[in-house]
Amino acid sequence: MADNGRPKVAFFDFACCEGCQLTVVDALQTHLELVEAVEIVQFREAISEKGEDYLVAFIEGSCTRKEDEERLKKIREQAAIVVALGACAHTAGVNALKNIQPSLQDVREYVYGEKWDWYNTYPARPISAVIKVDAFIPGCPIDRFEFLEVVKQVLLGRTPAIPDYPVCVECKLKENVCLFDKGGVCLGPITRAGCGAICPTVGTGCEGCRGLIPKPNENAMKDVLKDAGLTVEQLMSMRTIFNAYEPVQIEAQG
Amino acid sequence: MSAVNVNVDVHHLTRVEGHGNIVIDVKNGDLIKCEWQIVEAPRFFEAFLRGRPYTEASHITSRICGICSVGHATASLRATENALQVEVSEQTELLRKLLFHGEMIDSHVLHVYMLVAPDFFGAGSVLPLAASHPEVVMRALRIKKLSGDLCAMIAGRHTHPIAMTVGGFNHLPTVKELLAMRERLVAAREDMDETIALLKTLPWPQFERETEYVSLQKDDEYAFIDGRIATTDGFTYELSEYRKVTNEYLVPHSTAKWSKHNRDTYMVGALARFNNNYAQLHPRAKAAAEELGMAPIVTNSFLNSAAQAIEMVHCVEDGIRIIDELVDRGIEEEPLYQFQGKGGEGVGSCDVPRGILFHNYVIDDNGLIQSANCVIPTNQNHANIEADMRALLPQVLDQPQDKIRHTMEMLVRAYDPCISCSTHLLDVEFV
Repeated sequence: MADNGRPKVAFFDFACCEGCQLTVVDALQTHLELVEAVEIVQFREAISEKGEDYLVAFIEGSCTRKEDEERLKKIREQAAIVVALGACAHTAGVNALKNIQPSLQDVREYVYGEKWDWYNTYPARPISAVIKVDAFIPGCPIDRFEFLEVVKQVLLGRTPAIPDYPVCVECKLKENVCLFDKGGVCLGPITRAGCGAICPTVGTGCEGCRGLIPKPNENAMKDVLKDAGLTVEQLMSMRTIFNAYEPVQIEAQG
Repeated sequence: MSAVNVNVDVHHLTRVEGHGNIVIDVKNGDLIKCEWQIVEAPRFFEAFLRGRPYTEASHITSRICGICSVGHATASLRATENALQVEVSEQTELLRKLLFHGEMIDSHVLHVYMLVAPDFFGAGSVLPLAASHPEVVMRALRIKKLSGDLCAMIAGRHTHPIAMTVGGFNHLPTVKELLAMRERLVAAREDMDETIALLKTLPWPQFERETEYVSLQKDDEYAFIDGRIATTDGFTYELSEYRKVTNEYLVPHSTAKWSKHNRDTYMVGALARFNNNYAQLHPRAKAAAEELGMAPIVTNSFLNSAAQAIEMVHCVEDGIRIIDELVDRGIEEEPLYQFQGKGGEGVGSCDVPRGILFHNYVIDDNGLIQSANCVIPTNQNHANIEADMRALLPQVLDQPQDKIRHTMEMLVRAYDPCISCSTHLLDVEFV
């Protein structure tokens, strides 16, 4: 704890676009009091100070190199609470798209040519594949209000309540016309709500950036998909943009 | 150099986007090392775009960067549209320009106020300034909220836009929303004036180094989207010839490629645009430039941040102009593009906040991406950054080591490097 009783927090990033950290910075526009509720001791993108005595660590980004594991473990040792910030940390996000290319060697040579071995990489994985994670904030990017809510819950010692029901629920609550009825395709039946169904509301199908729900209702889905000429299997295989990671991709190399 | 020893080892430079190290080693006056090292983990976007449907390209590539996601999405869409020969309507062009202005303001205000200004105030970040200079911090947050709201109004969300699609938009703003935004932009003029007034008081380091400046250029406006490539050394190219400018190559201490053209290095970004296209800035932006004592060609890299502020002024004014045009025309639902079953190759280019960006795709007749190449502005700056460091070093060698370190950090920050973007590099010959 800081001398004034404020819990110390730190932000870290691995392979990512830093969009989630920027969303945190943007949360200050409406909630500047956040910097009074916590003491930020490390946040490389925004501050120069580098304190190492943090209580809560927010981690954005996927683990994509062997050397990243050391850094993650150090953070886990220090922090009482580790929160995965955003899709890259939570599901490995778009970083895992390279895992489903024909071969990692081909990917490395395609990008770096003969110098492929100058640059380390291995199959991308969520940080939970390397360290124990206490809470996660899903999304690509995160929703700033969900972030603030999670911070509050974590500081109160509670497990944040992230929805486990599908995006369809929020779409219905908004009285949106279902995209399937308009001839489109949407992953809403199998993806995690909490975003307010923002993408279908703006006219484009959900792409599952918040991850999949634990138990999709496949029976209910079949009829919805039938008119679109899709099987449940086909819909499941479209979920790869943000959910391409599978544990089997890293099992081989341990 | 005089017989000094300097050892600067900045691991993971703060207040820049992404991970880079500054390493300077001088022993007894001999320069052993002066490097700007990119250590960001590579993500391999070009490789994993292969096999994806063209409809996903802009959604995936916006994830290259959290600050310039609209920039990447726009360049991606232009590359796809050029590959598939999709015409976009005037309404779409206007909306995209307005959206682009929103991101330009958002990125520049973040850089100027939150990443650069703390150095001038002797602070480690913008956070202590919330107590010591509250009006400055509130202004920064206000401008950033305005620009974020502008982007969300058009694209559904700023970071990783939702409503942008091949050929146009899935969702359109209403005239009422545009008019409300116009009022806010007009009100923001005061914040723009205060920003220029603030920058005028700052002790900008005196440093000059001639280099080539590269940006987009158009006949009829200050170019941000499409156009031709122009350089201050007098070269122009069609977008399809971008490789003649970028000439990417690898260096061992960096996971990002370097570029060179007429000289060993070149610079892209706000200063490059200012130097090439000053004549097309809005009169208020030119007045701001005059306030700051800047007229082309400016060769002090530290003033890249000042050029960004000048562009903020321009984007507010041009934003108002675009809204007036959109309201005058009225907003209309337009049919969305349907794939015609024929692929092709296309280059899309935008001058995003940090400089000129290229996306180049080959799409097959099934609508799947066969190959992709993205040349990132920050990539193109890395060589120039290091050349600036080498030129500046002798001028500051007599100072205390901590001051040398700080000045070098400020130099790199001035470029507003976006390292996550730049750590992926590819020069594929499409056969």
